[in-house]
Amino acid sequence: MKREQIDLAIIGGGPAGLAAAVAAYDSGVRDLLVLERDSHSGGILQQCIHNGFGLHRFQKELTGPEYAWEYEKMAAERKIPIRCGSMVLNVSPDKVLTVVSPEGVTQIEAKAVIFAMGCRERSRGALNIPGSRPAGIFSAGTAQKYVNCMGYLPGKEVVILGSGDIGLIMARRMTLEGAKVKAVCELMPYSGGLARNIQQCLRDFDIPLKLSHTVTAIHGKDRLTGVTVSQVDEQRRPIPGTEEEISCDTLLLSVGLIPENELSKGAGIRLDPVTGGAVVDEKRQTSCPGVFACGNVLHVHDLVDFVSEEAALAGKSAAEYIGGETAEESPLELKPDGRIRYTVPQRIVGRQEDVKVYFRVDNIYKKVEIQVTCGDRVVLSRKKAVVTPGEMESLTLKKEQLADCQGEQIEFALKV
Amino acid sequence: MVDVVIIGAGVIGAMTARQLCRNRLSVCVVERANDGAAGASRANSGIVHAGFDAKPGTLKARLNVAGSEKMEQIAGELGVPYKRNGSLVLGYDEKDKTILENLYRQGQENGVRRLELLDQEKLREIEPGVSRQAVCALHAPTGAIICPYELTIAALGNAMDHGAQFLRGFEVTGIRETEEAVVLEAADGRQVEARFVVNAAGTFADKIAQMLGDDSFSIHPRRGEYLLLDKECGGLVRHTLFRTPTEKGKGILVSPTVDGNLLLGPTAQEQEDRESVETTAAGLAQIISQSGSEAEGIPVRQVITSFAGLRAAGNTGDFIIRTWGKRTVHAAGIESPGLSASPAIAEYVAELLQGLGLELNSREDFNPRRKPAHWFRELSLEEKDAYIQEHPDYGKMVCRCESVSEGEILEAMRREPKALDVDSIKRRTRSGMGRCQGGFCSPRIVELLAREQGISLEQVTKSGKGSYLNIGKTKGGEQA
Repeated sequence: MKREQIDLAIIGGGPAGLAAAVAAYDSGVRDLLVLERDSHSGGILQQCIHNGFGLHRFQKELTGPEYAWEYEKMAAERKIPIRCGSMVLNVSPDKVLTVVSPEGVTQIEAKAVIFAMGCRERSRGALNIPGSRPAGIFSAGTAQKYVNCMGYLPGKEVVILGSGDIGLIMARRMTLEGAKVKAVCELMPYSGGLARNIQQCLRDFDIPLKLSHTVTAIHGKDRLTGVTVSQVDEQRRPIPGTEEEISCDTLLLSVGLIPENELSKGAGIRLDPVTGGAVVDEKRQTSCPGVFACGNVLHVHDLVDFVSEEAALAGKSAAEYIGGETAEESPLELKPDGRIRYTVPQRIVGRQEDVKVYFRVDNIYKKVEIQVTCGDRVVLSRKKAVVTPGEMESLTLKKEQLADCQGEQIEFALKV
Repeated sequence: MVDVVIIGAGVIGAMTARQLCRNRLSVCVVERANDGAAGASRANSGIVHAGFDAKPGTLKARLNVAGSEKMEQIAGELGVPYKRNGSLVLGYDEKDKTILENLYRQGQENGVRRLELLDQEKLREIEPGVSRQAVCALHAPTGAIICPYELTIAALGNAMDHGAQFLRGFEVTGIRETEEAVVLEAADGRQVEARFVVNAAGTFADKIAQMLGDDSFSIHPRRGEYLLLDKECGGLVRHTLFRTPTEKGKGILVSPTVDGNLLLGPTAQEQEDRESVETTAAGLAQIISQSGSEAEGIPVRQVITSFAGLRAAGNTGDFIIRTWGKRTVHAAGIESPGLSASPAIAEYVAELLQGLGLELNSREDFNPRRKPAHWFRELSLEEKDAYIQEHPDYGKMVCRCESVSEGEILEAMRREPKALDVDSIKRRTRSGMGRCQGGFCSPRIVELLAREQGISLEQVTKSGKGSYLNIGKTKGGEQA
């Protein structure tokens, strides 16, 4: 079995991994390696052939593969090695990676590791939808792979459960391929997708969005023949008498994304039960020193542009760690109030730089005030016309504001 | 003409085929589905019962205890995951305690070894995960868990290694008897002529019997629903936990599986339909509420899938294993503890066939062993490395959640009984059984199935007939 040593190992060659690698290189790391399990880098962007990527990062509208290509070029210019077809089976707490590839099994001892494994889609099983188990039920991303990468159409009469962005994108995509999308059902009274996708993918194609509805039964023996859709009450329980049968041969699920943290658990890294990702500081360092996390493995982002931004921060931080810089001062824990479901980072250890804090809310609120307090003192307060769970929010804490924070925690509250 | 044709490739059909192949006989197994273990053998609790449940003197009691004692050795020979984790029947009050004492005596009468009654303290000591509501228990250290569909496929494969034929998609629609033989006719026109017939047709066993002119029994399908939890939860309990049985049956169990998941179920719901395995909101809710009083803190949010199976319950209360006419042995009404009893049922069926005049001349070259389906997974990292150097397909990971390589998937497609669809690959390799439930790996598996069989992607199915996954190419897909 081959053994290697390296300064920085980056797990995942999608948008997060590539951006982290480029940033680490630009911060001086030369002995680095990106490990990608697929046969090509780019991650999920490879199958996202629609446009809308890169408006923030490159100030132009790119498709997914084009966005990935921008970073693939940067990595190639820097001669950053990307080892495709390599799956990391395990990361030990002392940062030894066990990697399997067609060349064999390799153990790589790294000074620092960046986790950039992305996320996976929640499956039917996790939802416990009763009924039969015929063919024709796909997660939206799986259907996207069939249509966009393999050139095959999974079905012609479609119901979509969940109004996450991938589901919305696939509603449009299947329609363009000649399929009839009969309904998009959303359990919540609002969509979890971006407003622009609701407009461009549903309304522009007259696809009905049924809010406060869910699929309560699945029909068909060999192939799906239909679903039962019911309205739900405020506790999200199906309301008897509201059942509606919709005939369809395909059910696409877009019911949430789950950060893929099996490696993090194996390495003993502390996870945030709300995000499903690691607990990190403002450098994106996890509870395991020298292990960083960024992108959708840390928390699910709306836009790849923000993934790149976060990954660049993780890459730079890993370079500093390898260079021996540690800036641990008295750590501050960030406490969300519940209406604010979580923050990333969850802790701040330095006071030398401004810190941008990302967060999501648990419901739609109008005319709100986001208040950051430390003890009795309001550190920062910002008014917003509307906040929704589907759109990630952020605010920046200035280093001067942080320097004034005494104590061990700062609170993030949403005043309505 | 073959010596014996077996109708049904469930665990009974497969184990019987293997048993008969120990002798110089030609054996054919016909199956209406696209793979073995397509019915109850795929969807059950995977428990090897110790044998205290059945009334003394019944076939269930005798064959359960005998089968259970042989199972460990057979699992070893066939390379099937098996674990003797022991089972506990939990009692919640004085009334239960009396029932458990009766079960204890019944078990002793049936010949179950090492049974013991436990008080709450002892119970908590050997099973820290048990519910605090449980105050006593019957402990059966010989109770075990096994992977039922792997056992079925491995037994069928072992029979095929010795020349048994396996005909899939063979739905028996008619049976003719001649002077010398029985002729089975399939819906698609195929025919199999045999000297003897074994009816192991599960929920359709009474229909098959009627075709032979025997209407002495009937099958009443009873659906059981299950919930399967993520591997993170498999360590919650060590033993298989049952409730004290009532007239309605053994109730909901909580058990680790041999693959490290946690299994909850089954419900028990009579139904007319002999195939439908739908889960219901009420059934799933019942599982969650009952299992909560057996083990502490079951994380129901970690459910990765739900499924249902149909018990082929007969109308006699016991297994219906007997001869009919000159050429038939029924192995019908095989509900629980059918899996546990299967090794003994297979031997008993062979004996009954012998009684009808089948000559059993043992083959010296019979090899009871079969290379385990998961041989690659069991290797050390060093061994894996060395093997991948020679066989790079084993280093190409297809299923991330269960770490299954392309080499293992190709092996499942090439080794008898060959996997011809996505679900068959899943049963042999576990790819698609993990937490993402095939979201990432299924498109690649579909490609491999198409390539291996020389068919197009839209011809690949989830589980045979009609369960296609793609309807055709996309608009630009001609060039794709």
